[in-house]
Amino acid sequence: MLNAITVLLLFQLVGEVLTQLFHLPIPGPVLGMALLFLALFFPKFLPEELRQTAQALLQHLSLLFVPAGVGILQHLHRVEREWLPITLALVLSAVITVAVTALTVRALVRLTHAGDRTEKRA
Amino acid sequence: MTRFVDIWVYLATTPLLGLTITLVAYVAGDWIYRRANMHPLLNPVLLAVLALMAVLLATGTPYTTYFEGAQFVHFLLGPATVALAVPLYFNLAKLRRLWLPLLGGLIAGSLTAAVSAVGIAWLFGGSKQTLLSLAPKSVTAPVAMGIAEKLGGLPSLTAILVVSTGILGAVLGPVVLNLLRVSDQATRGFALGVTSHGIGTARAFQESEQAGAFSGLAMGLNALVTALLLPLLAHLISFG
Repeated sequence: MLNAITVLLLFQLVGEVLTQLFHLPIPGPVLGMALLFLALFFPKFLPEELRQTAQALLQHLSLLFVPAGVGILQHLHRVEREWLPITLALVLSAVITVAVTALTVRALVRLTHAGDRTEKRA
Repeated sequence: MTRFVDIWVYLATTPLLGLTITLVAYVAGDWIYRRANMHPLLNPVLLAVLALMAVLLATGTPYTTYFEGAQFVHFLLGPATVALAVPLYFNLAKLRRLWLPLLGGLIAGSLTAAVSAVGIAWLFGGSKQTLLSLAPKSVTAPVAMGIAEKLGGLPSLTAILVVSTGILGAVLGPVVLNLLRVSDQATRGFALGVTSHGIGTARAFQESEQAGAFSGLAMGLNALVTALLLPLLAHLISFG
């Protein structure tokens, strides 16, 4: 567990340093994820420990967003005056975006025959 | 009663209280969610956030005091994001097969998120600053705030729009996907990640590890694509 946490923090740190150094338009942790993904292609880079720690962290990923969610409280006054256009935009746009993304992927899978028949459930 | 207030005031100065009430609120929210057969509208993040907001408002505790404790949970977002590489690696075969449809979905979703939000807010009389702050709302918070600043929006307003979009997409997204009968786990996760960044990814992990893996991929790629496309799009519109 300790080794795995150290690996994750190291990749985050490298990601942060590189994004700052080269003014990249992505956050450090996201670059860290990309770098770790590439590192996993080296044989034996992925000890069972890293797999287990990643699984444990991601199992409760929802929890980690709670403090940021409560932060809405601090800026609530910013949406007071325009609550109607903002609420409608957020709700409808979320629904439309999920639908458009999923339908585009599905249509392209059918078009390119990229789907695997064995995994289809419905 | 005054004893209770004294104890609260004492505890409020240590990180213990903020950290503990965050965990208690989430564990309780998760319990309710599971008891209700994982009904999408009873999302544990939504329940925990509402409960904590009520507690802070009722006790007059400032958010900054609460965050002194909650930051220990918040900090784990970084290593957890890096950890997303692991499940993605285990879904490599599927990623190789699906990369082209996913790329198409990414570009369509990225543009739809920005155009639909800005269009709808404009239709209902949103101010220009609100429109510019809304445009990157489906992107993970640090990138979205950077994009908003570049466009001339208000980064702090964008931050709250991003978190709200995350929660809304996590709550409504699975309902929409069920209505459309989208059953493929990779497609479901990817759509949730494009729409609702990390909060959508967290929701996708509740469905399956594969959904979570593709959702994390979508979150990362959407940050990159939107950061590149949106300033370009704004430039074209302002000169169009």
